[in-house]
Amino acid sequence: MADKKSDVVTSAGSAVSRPDRLQNPGFEPEHKRVHDESPERARGAERGISLLFALSGILSAAAFTLNFIFPIVPGDLLSTRYNNMFVGLAIAAGLLCLGVGAVHWAKALMHGHELVEERHTTRGDDATRARAVEIFQEANKESGWTRRRLLRNSLIGALVAMPIPAIALLRDLAPAGTLEEKLVHTMWEKGVRLTRDPNGVPIKASDVTIGSAFHVIPENIIGLEEGFLNEKAKSAVLLMRLPLDALNEAEDRKGWSYDGIVAYSKICTHVGCPVALYEQQTHHLLCPCHQSQFDVANHCAVIFGPAARPLPQLPIAVDAEGYLVAQSDFLEPVGPSYWERIR
Amino acid sequence: MSRTVNRKGRRHPLSSLVLILVGLFVSGGAYAAVTGTASAADAPVSASQIEDGKKLFASNCASCHGLSAQGSAAGPSLIGAGALSVEFQVGSGRMPMSGSGPQAEKKPVQFTQPEIDAMAAWVASLAPGPAVPEASSLAGGDPSNGAELFRVNCAMCHNVAGAGGALTEGKWAPSLRNIDPVHVYAAMVTGPQNMPVFSDMNITPAEKNDIIAYLKFLDENPSVGGMDLGALGPVSEGLFVWIFALGGLVAITIWLSAKSN
Repeated sequence: MADKKSDVVTSAGSAVSRPDRLQNPGFEPEHKRVHDESPERARGAERGISLLFALSGILSAAAFTLNFIFPIVPGDLLSTRYNNMFVGLAIAAGLLCLGVGAVHWAKALMHGHELVEERHTTRGDDATRARAVEIFQEANKESGWTRRRLLRNSLIGALVAMPIPAIALLRDLAPAGTLEEKLVHTMWEKGVRLTRDPNGVPIKASDVTIGSAFHVIPENIIGLEEGFLNEKAKSAVLLMRLPLDALNEAEDRKGWSYDGIVAYSKICTHVGCPVALYEQQTHHLLCPCHQSQFDVANHCAVIFGPAARPLPQLPIAVDAEGYLVAQSDFLEPVGPSYWERIR
Repeated sequence: MSRTVNRKGRRHPLSSLVLILVGLFVSGGAYAAVTGTASAADAPVSASQIEDGKKLFASNCASCHGLSAQGSAAGPSLIGAGALSVEFQVGSGRMPMSGSGPQAEKKPVQFTQPEIDAMAAWVASLAPGPAVPEASSLAGGDPSNGAELFRVNCAMCHNVAGAGGALTEGKWAPSLRNIDPVHVYAAMVTGPQNMPVFSDMNITPAEKNDIIAYLKFLDENPSVGGMDLGALGPVSEGLFVWIFALGGLVAITIWLSAKSN
């Protein structure tokens, strides 16, 4: 125990260091490379490396030439492919030759002895440290930072107040409108016709044969100048017709379908991918992103995967001319969950 | 004894082989000529063709679909399925199924075209259903409009480059590369297996031609981005990068840090 205590050396700082019991073994004897011992091999390596550099130069020139041999012809996509491929390969091979040559030069021909660079201590010497403290004290005395407290505190106050406008400015970067408008409502409303994506042709109930799947957008979205994609992302609907005996409808939703035709939001309730992989025999919908599965025959109940809620159903009806129309907007927000969602 | 002498004396030893070959060529050529004309002709459905189809159906399909195609627990009713369904299912080798499974697999076609036509004629004679269109009517579509329709209606299952993709519980959407245009058309009209139906009111015949033209464009034009690695997306591309790009980096790192001899 006493022996151990005597090992501890207390330095000028607070750190405690122990002397290293291992002796520095020094370097291994220098390893001679073949190029150090045989001048012919060294000349051979030199020739090889200069050949690599020459090849690199040739390839760079070739890349320049290939750009004209395989020009990009507007309208011909394949010409772009060949241009990119050949020019890119030549540039890459040229760079590779340059790099391999440089590394080989360093490894084979440059001086191979090992050396150690000692690490310097980071602590400044006492005179430097004392001078630094002196500079701070001098600045304090000359500016009156601790003496003129009113000046100092008012400056700090002004600096604290400065970022306040940014709060308002950054807040205004968020889309305008209330949450209610942005997330709860879509373009569907009473009497809006269901139309085919992308051409906007309205759909008659008689068009939807059993086993069909229609990709649907609302009639009033056609020609929308502003925010078309945002509105489409919220109001995209998948329309399917199931045999009547396959469809199990809740009592309060019996009036939402028409003769086996049902319409559901295409936006997954998990993270909002379009759910459109419809299997017409099992009546299952698969989301391709995270494999959530919804059972169309049972109000799109989640039967597998990470989605938390069924897909929202769009209540539909038929107008006087036989076209499918919405009875109202979705009765719950479409898409993924968010904090302020009511349920 | 005299017969053996005769044979040895008058006929060359290989003459029987030659005779068999000549006979095979003649009968095969005649058969090809007959079948060639049969499929090239506009094929007005004859009573004998329907009768042939009924017999073929009874011996090959009826164990699952029932003797009068009324369906059973093992297979659906084919009444009203139409000639087009038969052309798709049998002509692509999916039917007859080799075994029960999540989905009928594509196999080498089991019947000749006249046999398929006969079965199609019999199924079509049971009840009205979609007919097989003329192959010439499926040409001349606009591939760019077809591409847009494909992205909206087909790409979620079949992949935007038509490479196919996985569905639930072992089912899959098959690759659409190098498919007979009649079968592409038939799949849209009849909705085979779990594929939804895309009737003419949903995708018009002209739009169907556009989609066929887009698929043909994909078949005929190589990927402009270079090797498409099966066009399967991030899985195959990621695997390629992890193996070859990272492997190359590891090899270079080992070389850089190794001592020169």
